[in-house]
Amino acid sequence: MKILVALKRVADPDNANKVKIPADGSTIDTAGLEFKPNPFDEYALETALRLTEDGTKPKVRDGEVIVVTFGPADTESTLRAALATGADRAIRVDANDDQLDGLLVAKGLKTLVAEEKPDIVLMGKQAVDGDTNQVGQALAELLDWPMATFAATIEEQEDGLVVGREVDGGVLELSIKYPAVVTVDLRIVSPSSVYSTKTDRSFKYNEGVRFSPLPAIMQARRKPLDTKSLADLVDDTGLKINYLRFEAPPARLAGVKVADAAELVDKLKNEAKVL
Amino acid sequence: MGNILVVAEFGEGKLKRTTHSAVTFAKQAAEALGGTYSLLLLGSGLDAAAQEAAKLGADKVLVADDDSLGQYLAETYAPTVAAIAKDYAVVVAAASAYGKDLLPRIAARTDAGYAADITEILSEGGKISFKRPMYAGNAFGVCEITSALQVVTVRQSAFAAAEPGDSTSAVEAVAIAGAGEAAGRVKWQKFDQVKNTRPELTEASVVISGGRALKEKFYEVLDPLADVLGAAIGASRAACDAGYCAPDLQVGQTGKVVAPDLYFAIGISGAIQHLAGMKSSKVIVSINKDPEAPIYQITDYGLVADLFKAVPELVEQLKTLDS
Repeated sequence: MKILVALKRVADPDNANKVKIPADGSTIDTAGLEFKPNPFDEYALETALRLTEDGTKPKVRDGEVIVVTFGPADTESTLRAALATGADRAIRVDANDDQLDGLLVAKGLKTLVAEEKPDIVLMGKQAVDGDTNQVGQALAELLDWPMATFAATIEEQEDGLVVGREVDGGVLELSIKYPAVVTVDLRIVSPSSVYSTKTDRSFKYNEGVRFSPLPAIMQARRKPLDTKSLADLVDDTGLKINYLRFEAPPARLAGVKVADAAELVDKLKNEAKVL
Repeated sequence: MGNILVVAEFGEGKLKRTTHSAVTFAKQAAEALGGTYSLLLLGSGLDAAAQEAAKLGADKVLVADDDSLGQYLAETYAPTVAAIAKDYAVVVAAASAYGKDLLPRIAARTDAGYAADITEILSEGGKISFKRPMYAGNAFGVCEITSALQVVTVRQSAFAAAEPGDSTSAVEAVAIAGAGEAAGRVKWQKFDQVKNTRPELTEASVVISGGRALKEKFYEVLDPLADVLGAAIGASRAACDAGYCAPDLQVGQTGKVVAPDLYFAIGISGAIQHLAGMKSSKVIVSINKDPEAPIYQITDYGLVADLFKAVPELVEQLKTLDS
């Protein structure tokens, strides 16, 4: 089993309310915010690790996990962290965010897929900075591969995966045959969400993603990390989407505190007039 | 001049209300571009739905009715949608699980730009641009799509549902495009539907959301309040993750985005990701025992109290109001 995991780093999503828009609207200023891996992509990496191991022996990798990011040189720290968590090798495609849109990233990944020939490409369902939710679907289409987006559960079969997708109104179960693209949702890192054929169904993972032990962080420095240029992967690097300006959201002011349920009902009825 | 194609969505044989929001966008886009809009329906056994769609003011209702399209799969739908899209300037669907799954494939197949979850269409000199939330709604970007075909999804709560009119659009059958290899490697297995007798979360005028503080008493506490207000029930991510309620109740950046007239946040502290899904609500009420909870920064009426006492009291007060 060979899995390619696409990772993006984003400005700290827990402090997204601290982004600033300058008066001319020319950018979204994230200065002062630490870069973090996109949470959904971290979940995708955890999913890839779960699919390439017996849950009781997480140090033994059965298969290969390759992580890839599109970003400037300092995104290599994100890749090193993924290598420390258990990925085998990494690829950085040199580009800045403003040179990329979702379709272009998908085209770059398509070329990498042709070179690497993975059984599965995994990634988060969306990056929480641009919030577009596009790359996995676009890649599947460019490759003419089946996909399962918004995956909450995955069970490995002999020649594919059974995936529970979180959709409006419930959970939709698909079976897909390799090679395929899967994008993951929040609950994919629950204790019983992902089972490889090697992991017994009674096994329960810890909630969330695994952490890297210190020796693994040291070892990760020696794992291979290749760099490619965007132009190596895609002929036409033009963008299909052009941001004209950015705006801050409308301000919402804090209101009043009420003493009890009776006062609340009175305010809702007579002041806000919503009852 | 440019025409708009709305990709309709169904649930249980009927058009979903998400479609009506996409139609409202299409009306605005058609006016800006001096064109018309059509609806595209895909599935099997679509006669009734086509009649319903024909009341939405479209130039045409296009129907791709085939057994092979009986269960939605992006792999089987995308070739037909993309083939028809080539005659249009803009393809739109709502940013529901369906639209978000399908439309990026259409954009990739047609080498088109894609703008997701847009909240506003702007128009100047016959050109359109789109406003869309980013960074969990902490910034908005105004963007234009540079390809000949523009593919967009629209946030349902930002576009009021179009109402049916008196005129009836022409209904035309369209050819089903052959699906690629992908379609042969994916199989629809089953749909575990969550029973819901309340209004749709994204359409309700009152939404009551609960957080982790409710613990196993999530429904026991919230059901009576939802009953008396005829409200939909939502939840924070923490409550969903803990298994106190169904995952599809999640309101937030990556769950449902709602903008009701009245929103109750009960036992919800107000993480950024949650605020992204509800801060466009007209009136926000919070009940939380922590007076410093971030939710109070955007709350219109805050009640600092033990929710297990305050919510039943509120229900009693509301019942007196009714009688």
